[in-house]
Amino acid sequence: MPSLDLLLRPPVPQVQEIVFRNFYTAFLSVRVQRPGPGGSRRWVTCLRNLCLMPCPHTEEGSQDYFCLHRHQMLCDVDQVTAMRFILRQPSPVWLHFTIEDLQIFPPGQKSPQKDFPSWLSQLTPPEQPASLHGELPDPEKVSTEVQQMWVLTEVIRARQAAARIGRFDVSPTTLLMGTPTLPH
Amino acid sequence: MLDPDRGLSLTIARVVQRLQGSSLHSQLERQARVSLHKPEIRLESLKEDIKDFLKTSGWEKKLQNAVYSELNVFPSPCHPAAPPEHIKEPLAYMRKAQGSWEKRILKSLNSMCTELNIPLAQKRPANEQKELLSKWNEMGTDEPDLSLFRPVYAPKDFLEVLMNLRNPNYENGEQPSFRNHLGLIQVPLKVKDIPELKEDFSELSLNIGQLGIDDSAQVPPEFFENEHVRVGQKVLAEQDSAAAQQYVRQGCPTALRADLWALILNISNQPEDILYYEQLKSNVIQHDLLVDSLIYKDVKLTASNDDYYFVFEDYLYQVLLCFSRDTSVLEHFTYSSATPPKSYIQGKLGMEEYAVFYPPNGVIPFHGFSMYVAPLCFLYHEPSKLYQIFREMYVRFFFRLHSISSHPSGIVSLCLLFETLLQTHLPQLFYHLREIGAQPLRISFKWMVRAFSGYLATDQLLLLWDRILGYNSLEILAGCTC
Repeated sequence: MPSLDLLLRPPVPQVQEIVFRNFYTAFLSVRVQRPGPGGSRRWVTCLRNLCLMPCPHTEEGSQDYFCLHRHQMLCDVDQVTAMRFILRQPSPVWLHFTIEDLQIFPPGQKSPQKDFPSWLSQLTPPEQPASLHGELPDPEKVSTEVQQMWVLTEVIRARQAAARIGRFDVSPTTLLMGTPTLPH
Repeated sequence: MLDPDRGLSLTIARVVQRLQGSSLHSQLERQARVSLHKPEIRLESLKEDIKDFLKTSGWEKKLQNAVYSELNVFPSPCHPAAPPEHIKEPLAYMRKAQGSWEKRILKSLNSMCTELNIPLAQKRPANEQKELLSKWNEMGTDEPDLSLFRPVYAPKDFLEVLMNLRNPNYENGEQPSFRNHLGLIQVPLKVKDIPELKEDFSELSLNIGQLGIDDSAQVPPEFFENEHVRVGQKVLAEQDSAAAQQYVRQGCPTALRADLWALILNISNQPEDILYYEQLKSNVIQHDLLVDSLIYKDVKLTASNDDYYFVFEDYLYQVLLCFSRDTSVLEHFTYSSATPPKSYIQGKLGMEEYAVFYPPNGVIPFHGFSMYVAPLCFLYHEPSKLYQIFREMYVRFFFRLHSISSHPSGIVSLCLLFETLLQTHLPQLFYHLREIGAQPLRISFKWMVRAFSGYLATDQLLLLWDRILGYNSLEILAGCTC
């Protein structure tokens, strides 16, 4: 059973995410070496038989990217001095199997993320409709709500739209003239 | 593999980004502003009241349809570490094979150009433009000399490439073993077996009514047909894309088909869509592309000779010539394994700022391409709507039939699914055909590449395409072939 050993010097205080690209590995187990009681170091299994390829004879998942989060681990991954990735591929049809482009991220340093619009993380929770029996609404509340909508509109207006406007210019000089020059 | 919460947030962010700035977005904003004058909108519960208004006036449904359309077309987000080519096609050897295939096509196109000494594109002189504009609706009467042109490739050339597709990490031994497939396709893609297909296509089971079978003359209509038509009219009245998609899985009544397909594909033929089509038309008038001659040749060779479709020859030109110039089609290359060919202004080879995609939509037509449009002509008579429906069908489904990819609806998976189903359920037929040197895939490949257009009677073909739309998958083609 092949395994990849990683020695971490200095020890990683906290592991947040592990990112890698699969290459025909069907199942992955991960063990970490941590300080144990009495100053010794122990090996602990933090991931057992994660299935990367649901049908090991076929291509599904064979070259996909995977991300393992802290909360998916079976144990705490703090003060890690070494990691062992145990790879299993029960199908005999593949010539080689491994994992590639392995990256480990401590907390605070997020793995490369696509650009989120910032307001997405500030979505307001579902509101209770205000009960107005015989009372006037609180002016402060009304003005903040209207202000929120205003800010939202401004943000949307300022953002560059991904949708096509539909106009375009066709300048005769951008199309090709004369003999073709498609690269071979 | 992505964390479910993060996956959901990424999907939401992507859909929002795509809908932002679209005409639907500005229409919703306008409606919300207009609604402020209405008495039922109160300041205290502004947000809720506007939401309710949008719901009752049907605008929320339009937004739902737009979101549903985005979810159907674009694949679910990969891990952020995945580079763009991984989203196009996860398997490296397939990307490589697609790249080599594209190089071959370009070489063929280039050599044809050089032989015939025709430019890839040139501006039409003014008198030619006037002439083309005057006979726009009857381009079929034109008889240009196309004898020197030949199609860039035919489905059988493509089949040869697929047959030679191999995974370098797979044990492709010469000895017959369980590793080697008995058919022509030798890549170990995951394909569904009958129990999985039964589950996925449960609406096609024996005990559920189907149009095309249970509405034949011998069956009294009150058993199935009348009720089905009534439900269809209700679905149309509700204008709900998702419901329409579910409904057409049992087939579409002929009278409702055009509207239901437009609803599923989220095509509403707004004024800006008509304007866009007119702009494409003016592009056709102003510039002549080499690809136009390929299209003419293809239409003359295929659709014009077909008993059902020859009447639509003029429509085909109006759609396909505009299609070649439509740069919005380039968007589909983010999730297709193919890459559009690039060309450079003469003398500026290699300089990116002088690079253009050729043809402008990035799609080089092959022999039989016009047959993707022909059946749609029965449903839509207005050219701009016909055009939009075809374009949407192409960027959702048809592009997968002529590019090398591991997608479950890609042609490689469909071929493997067909061969596997045939071997499992008709093994004697499969063996016999192999013995006489007629591998079943050689016969059925061209049916699948053309989505059966030209090989099935039109009414049956449209029923088949109902299911493609209903299940958002081309796997039904492989099942049908069996």
